[in-house]
Amino acid sequence: MLKEKHQAEIDDILSRYPVKRSALLPLLYMAQREEGYVTEAAMQEIAGILKLTPPQVYETATFYTMLNLKPVGKFHLQVCKSLMCALVGSDTVIGWIGTKLGIKPGETTPDKLFTLSIVECLAACGTGPMMQVNDDYYERLTEDKLDRILADLRQTGTSSLKTGPFMWPEPAHAVKGA
Amino acid sequence: MKTYEPILLKNMMQPGYAGSLPEYERAGGYQALRKMLGKVTPAEVTGVVMKSGLRGRGGAGFPTGVKWGFLPKDYQGPRYLCCNADESEPGTFKDRQLIERDPHQLLEGMLLACYAIGAASSYIYIRGEFVLGAKILEAAIKEARAAGYVGKNILGTGVSIDIWVHRGAGAYICGEETALLESLEGKRGLPRVKPPFPATHGLYNKPTVVNNVETLANLPHIMNRGAEWFASIGSPPKSTGTRVFCVSGHVARPGNYEVPMGITFRELIYELAGGMRSDKKLKAFIPGGASAPFLTPDHLDVKLDFESVALAGSMLGSGGVTVMEEGTDMVWAALRLMEFFYHESCGKCSPCREGSSWLVQIMRRIVNKRGQMADLETLTDLCKNIAGRTVCAFGDAEVSPILSTLKHWRHEYVTLIHAAEAANLIRPEPAGAKH
Repeated sequence: MLKEKHQAEIDDILSRYPVKRSALLPLLYMAQREEGYVTEAAMQEIAGILKLTPPQVYETATFYTMLNLKPVGKFHLQVCKSLMCALVGSDTVIGWIGTKLGIKPGETTPDKLFTLSIVECLAACGTGPMMQVNDDYYERLTEDKLDRILADLRQTGTSSLKTGPFMWPEPAHAVKGA
Repeated sequence: MKTYEPILLKNMMQPGYAGSLPEYERAGGYQALRKMLGKVTPAEVTGVVMKSGLRGRGGAGFPTGVKWGFLPKDYQGPRYLCCNADESEPGTFKDRQLIERDPHQLLEGMLLACYAIGAASSYIYIRGEFVLGAKILEAAIKEARAAGYVGKNILGTGVSIDIWVHRGAGAYICGEETALLESLEGKRGLPRVKPPFPATHGLYNKPTVVNNVETLANLPHIMNRGAEWFASIGSPPKSTGTRVFCVSGHVARPGNYEVPMGITFRELIYELAGGMRSDKKLKAFIPGGASAPFLTPDHLDVKLDFESVALAGSMLGSGGVTVMEEGTDMVWAALRLMEFFYHESCGKCSPCREGSSWLVQIMRRIVNKRGQMADLETLTDLCKNIAGRTVCAFGDAEVSPILSTLKHWRHEYVTLIHAAEAANLIRPEPAGAKH
């Protein structure tokens, strides 16, 4: 139950808004953080906390693509396929992942480690092809880089190849260019 | 190559600058707030912004000061500022950099805007995928609160302003300001029918201003250096200041480049972004995000300001410039963008909801060499019945890739259709075909 585990955090979230329903997305995120996806039980509980009906919670949850209503793998690989990434090779990246992990878009590996999703623009168009894995961006992907990321994820649960605070071109270029 | 003085990207270009509060203060940060808060009236702050000519950097280009001026003067209840950080327009990645590299610049801009419009609470609606950006903002707000810039009785002036980060959850439409408000209220992100406008009936039905990240980030500089200074940059009188243009696609050096409005696409693409990535020539470019109609090499000398791009038949939009080289299949490119719009249509208005699905089906048919000549007329007809017939501007946006590629590269559609005819591949869609 969210309430028992996270009462202080829930109170903090509620304090930011004059209307309780505004806390819906933050609480749905909290539920997803707990279980990896948003369960029906969690939606029922959130409805109770926010004094909403369960359908009000459900209708909101189903609108947003980042809320998983079904379990996903430990690492959710989301590859951008919008035009800007497609121009620089996102379809090739999707192919590599498919071959390396033996899964098609929408599928999860049998060991429940990786789920592959094809998504629309993630606002990293100058550094494509790119993907988001859980909370992190990985940009300017090459096959070699992808291999290292997948190996890192398996071994340590994260990878140093993820992007930090974003700036592109990097300052040295920027000073010269602008 | 000509060089330009960066304004918004200036701090982050300094070696080692990481955007912490002490660094921002050393670079002159929060001086504008100290100068204005409690010393100049809110109406005067709005006046400076009006005089500067600052226009919204999110896409529509509406004059910021005028937008603020629409708020009712005599309303006694709460008012809100929402920062639109839902950067989702394909081709655009500037707000992400402004947030992650210099968060206090945005916060100071928000505080100034809140002071001008009389808002005590403000929310940064940031797209859900920007997890790092949200964390950086949370940390920056914490720092600013501890230093007395955010919260109760700011700098002892009696003015209280709070800033909260609110994460979206993956919906392009929430960048539309009324859909953003719906989403912030915990609902599906469906745009509202306007009027009433957010200025009178916004968040929680209260007077509200929604401004883009880049728009707000300009405010400290305008307050520090004056409206005249700002209005002298770019293409006055209508396109003042700089823009952070995001260059993507087949160029040698993609990325964010801040330049005064009014330089040409040729200069941006060939000088700053290093030209094409290979010896293939430029074939097409999108000047302002996925919603902006495609342009051709004939348009390279068009100036990057609101009016010039509009005159060329497109729009400056969000500043996302995507470049395509010779050999790019324009029908395929239009289909990619159409698939984006189909995926992101919120489903509220039937012309957009149904039309986007039909457009994708027809485009896929043509790309897969199963099209027929009558499809071209159907495409045009559908587009005409979507644009202008929806609650928000999404309808106009979604038809622009198809209409503009049909205008400039119709022969590519025709070639694909002729190929279908030649191979006698025209056959009915299989029953229950899924798209």
